Amino acid sequence: MSLTPPVSSIDHLWGNKDALIELVEYGDFQCPHCGRAFPIVKRLKEAMKDSVKFIFRNFPISKIHPQAKDAAVAAEAGGLQNKFWEMHDLIFEHQKRLNHISLIEYATIARLDVPRFNEDMKQENLFKKVEKDFMGGLKSGVNATPTFFINGLRYEGSWEENNLFEYLQNLEISVKEI
Amino acid sequence: MLQPGNKAPNFTLYVSPDQEISLYNYKGKRVVLVFYPADWSPVCGDQLMLYNEITDVFDKMNTQVLGISVDGKWCHASFREQRNLSFPLLADFEPKGSVARMYGVYNEQVGESERALFVLDENSIIQWSFLSEPQINPGADGILEALEKLERVI
Repeated sequence: MSLTPPVSSIDHLWGNKDALIELVEYGDFQCPHCGRAFPIVKRLKEAMKDSVKFIFRNFPISKIHPQAKDAAVAAEAGGLQNKFWEMHDLIFEHQKRLNHISLIEYATIARLDVPRFNEDMKQENLFKKVEKDFMGGLKSGVNATPTFFINGLRYEGSWEENNLFEYLQNLEISVKEI
Repeated sequence: MLQPGNKAPNFTLYVSPDQEISLYNYKGKRVVLVFYPADWSPVCGDQLMLYNEITDVFDKMNTQVLGISVDGKWCHASFREQRNLSFPLLADFEPKGSVARMYGVYNEQVGESERALFVLDENSIIQWSFLSEPQINPGADGILEALEKLERVI
């Protein structure tokens, strides 16, 4: 199962864009599994920051997570002020509180221009971008969240505990040998 | 398992505690038949949630999703309500699994349907089918690809 569309400049990319390993997560800010994956991913991307670039795409399942789409738009609105990752992290760290007031609180902590953030939260474009991520995920075979793609291919193993970290470390060794 | 090119056989099953429907009621629409092992099991829940999330995408493609398992009509009613599912779930309950058998996707050993997908065109001709491992959620990509192919034909 391969990633469609491939990573491009419209994606949010963390780390070294020339890194040999590309890790893409399709996630839902209100999904408890994604909440559990958040510190795991954070730790591994920092530990492997020279060799891994990390991309987050939205896959909100709105009918069971009614606040997920707004949270996704809030992170995108943060992105308009170059603070996507700050918002991404704050939202996952507080994923039990995702109402509008809480999102503004996180925007304040991230030192966003809050009136502008509030306006951007209404932008049709940002909702469309989130929906586009979702459709791309569906076509790439995302069936639940989180789903990871490594160098364009769906990662079928477990992401829990050290599994994803170890997989990427082994991959790093083999990529460097080539 | 019935293969593409065949006419999907008609059937009539309970869709709610007091109402039956027939497959051929949906003539003129495309239909996705989603056979799954059981209500309440974790993988089925994820799979159905995903289809439930994109009912507007199916609507745009003139497509009706129908879930089918051997669970009874009251079980389906409760499951649909709890998961907030907007598409029908059909009870292949009496005689048990007869529709799954007709489509070649009944698992005799466990007494449940296999996890299988069929995409039918407007004339109930099977255009695509897929048998998944029972524990694997097949996602929506195969269904969407089959439907997009049908859109291009028109």
